[in-house]
Amino acid sequence: MTATIASRGTGPRPRLQPTGWLRYFSFSVDHKVIGLQYLVCGFVFYLVGGALAGAIRTELISPVADFMARDVYNQVLTLHGTVMIFLWIVPVVNGAFGNYLIPFYVGARDMAFPRLNAVAFWLIPPAGLLLVASYFITGAAQSGWTAYPPLSVTTPATGQIIWILSVLLLGGSSIFGGINFIATILKLRQPGLKLMQMPMYCWAMLGTSILVIASTPVLAGTLVLLSFDIVAHTGFFNPALGGNVVVYQHLFWFYSHPAVYIMVLPAFGLVSEILPVHARKPLFGYVTMVYSIMGIVVLGLIVWAHHMFTSGTPPWMRLFFTIATTFIAVPTGIKFFNWLATLWGGRISLNSAVLFSCGFIVNFVLGGITGVALAQVPFDIHVHDTYFVVAHFHYIVFGGSVFIIFASVYHWYPKFTGRMLNEDLGRFHCMLTFIGFNLCFGPQHWLGLNGMPRRVSEYDPQFTLINQISSVGALLMAISTLPFLWNVIQSAISGKIAGDNPWNALTPEWLTSSPPPVQNWAGETPLVEEPYGYGVPINAIDLSATSGRDLWRSGK
Amino acid sequence: MQIPSTILTLVLGMVLVIGGLWIGQTINFLPTEASLNALIYDQLFRVLFTIGAILFVGIVGLLVFSLIRFRRKNNYIGDGVAIEGNLPLEIFWTAVPAVVVLFVGLYSYDIYDRMGGIVPLAHDHVNETQEQKIWGGVGSRSIDSETVSNVLSIEVTAMQFAFLFHYPDGNITTGELHVPADRTITLRMESKDVIHAFWVPEFRLKQDIIPGQPTQLSFTATRPGRYPIVCAELCGPYHGSMRSAVVVEEPDAWQSWFSSNTKLT
Repeated sequence: MTATIASRGTGPRPRLQPTGWLRYFSFSVDHKVIGLQYLVCGFVFYLVGGALAGAIRTELISPVADFMARDVYNQVLTLHGTVMIFLWIVPVVNGAFGNYLIPFYVGARDMAFPRLNAVAFWLIPPAGLLLVASYFITGAAQSGWTAYPPLSVTTPATGQIIWILSVLLLGGSSIFGGINFIATILKLRQPGLKLMQMPMYCWAMLGTSILVIASTPVLAGTLVLLSFDIVAHTGFFNPALGGNVVVYQHLFWFYSHPAVYIMVLPAFGLVSEILPVHARKPLFGYVTMVYSIMGIVVLGLIVWAHHMFTSGTPPWMRLFFTIATTFIAVPTGIKFFNWLATLWGGRISLNSAVLFSCGFIVNFVLGGITGVALAQVPFDIHVHDTYFVVAHFHYIVFGGSVFIIFASVYHWYPKFTGRMLNEDLGRFHCMLTFIGFNLCFGPQHWLGLNGMPRRVSEYDPQFTLINQISSVGALLMAISTLPFLWNVIQSAISGKIAGDNPWNALTPEWLTSSPPPVQNWAGETPLVEEPYGYGVPINAIDLSATSGRDLWRSGK
Repeated sequence: MQIPSTILTLVLGMVLVIGGLWIGQTINFLPTEASLNALIYDQLFRVLFTIGAILFVGIVGLLVFSLIRFRRKNNYIGDGVAIEGNLPLEIFWTAVPAVVVLFVGLYSYDIYDRMGGIVPLAHDHVNETQEQKIWGGVGSRSIDSETVSNVLSIEVTAMQFAFLFHYPDGNITTGELHVPADRTITLRMESKDVIHAFWVPEFRLKQDIIPGQPTQLSFTATRPGRYPIVCAELCGPYHGSMRSAVVVEEPDAWQSWFSSNTKLT
């Protein structure tokens, strides 16, 4: 009888699944496999997007358009933006870490809908290949990742249509993922695990998934209408046929502003998991952290028109969106102060994960400050669509999300593979990335303020030197991925054996073996309890407890 | 003698604020100011830069201090202190940023009002007969306060990849904008194809030129000279080369340019 019940488990049937490393190339429904598939696939596209960025920075070494044809340049910048947003950051901070960690964090053996989960991932490689292939077939879209009509309607149609199809597939993947995360967090939580006891990343993913589900369908609908304008010559957005181009901008930014939070909220969650472990302190101000996430979700949905201050937007609307956008700084600020308070008085180990997290704090604070400035209509009118915005945006998404992706890889790699990464290479990687990043994007603030618009392949010669400095920074960033790649591959083969819990962390994924077994825990699911209970005095610990983390706490 | 930490915090805070004020007032990242609008804009920039510098230096300073002061020594095993929160502290750092952003918002509202951005653009002051709705950015206030006769009205047509300027009064069409200093200029802008943007960095002004939806922009240039006009909205392959110039001249010099180019019909 017991055997029958056991065989009814919802997990994958091991007989049909390849084992070992081969399972990462299969249509697995195991959330850990899918998570790593997201991570590796995302990283491949990061290299593609990075190569495109390298092409852009090479073109901008000189003020004339001499490295590539002008329309090719526009294709490259469109692909760069689309690949980095839709194929790298969103899938990795949501799909990769969300899939890997959320079931552990709620004490489940898999996601709520494992097959939907696999579908969500397997939409990404074809969508990405389609997008990249469009460059080689007829030329990619060349109207920027924003695809503003009428430019997107008048540029060559094939590339634009493939772009729309690809983004629709990726949007679908994102929606499937969002539904799955919400269902898993709300419905598969262990009995007794209250919402306010979950690790912070669960809250971040809950908030992010709400944003995904609220806004992605709007983008999908908009792009379908845009494709009608291109293919069937309807006039939704095309002014030549009575359409309104500003309506497209409203609809587009209704998704694409929240998309910034879809990229940074999970990063906020991840850094909230990393810092307490390496500072050996509880996460400071859990409750305010939760409220600030939800504050960001609500405010994030009502700020989109700040991208349109120069689009002939009525004055009352400009004021509303200025105030709403400015106020996002308050919940965001709370999170930063809480992370600083988490570090304060801790026993901080200065490893790669912490260094990347601190790099994130420095970069994001600067990006946030320029963000508040950009929310002010009079300020924005001057710098809108300039390199100032390029710099701001990259400080948020590269300096924010990408730094945290790296921090997270250094933190969770022992769990993924059972082996440690080389710390010296990791610190070198961090230093090189930080210097390269700031050298590349820091000077771009000046470029924007002084008159260099974005998305240009040729510019006023007075900006040559600053652009060359920026390109050197980009080169350093490109080089910085080499020690990382070497480290990840080399350590997987011959890195130091990690053990189950090398950081002595308290969150539940560390209570199982590294790498974890198919159903997450070999025996009973352990109770998910206080994930940040660091620094509890020894005499408060029940010494009869037998779990590993209690032994760590009691110093045995 | 031990210095009480509250005094130390106070002194550090004052140093930070004074340092931020010094940075905000001394460092100037902006190009020449060549319009009335630029003067107002630069005030806002200095305030934002000062606040930003204080916040950035403060937070990064705190972070670096924490990393050095609280780093784990090699032989140390054990945890930090188990502090999970501090309500007064959290109220403090919620309230202070809220007050700061409220101040920034109100201040920039005031700046925007002084730029003439608050007045609704219900109809076109220049071409009263035309019923088409005009959309625009800053500068409506200046039209209201000036007598209409003193406003120089110019029509701007943007197309891939050029700006054309038409002076209805003298029936002049040029590829380069000539304006007199210290006189209100109103641009009525239309696009022939895709979205473009009219940007003069030295004027701190930008307005999208949107097909099917004419836009309007007013400004008063103050400093004679030659400044670039840049298209700031991706408009196709030659977007980067869609540049022109605005020539600001003394009123007399401008008048003679205008007279010599006026077509006698």
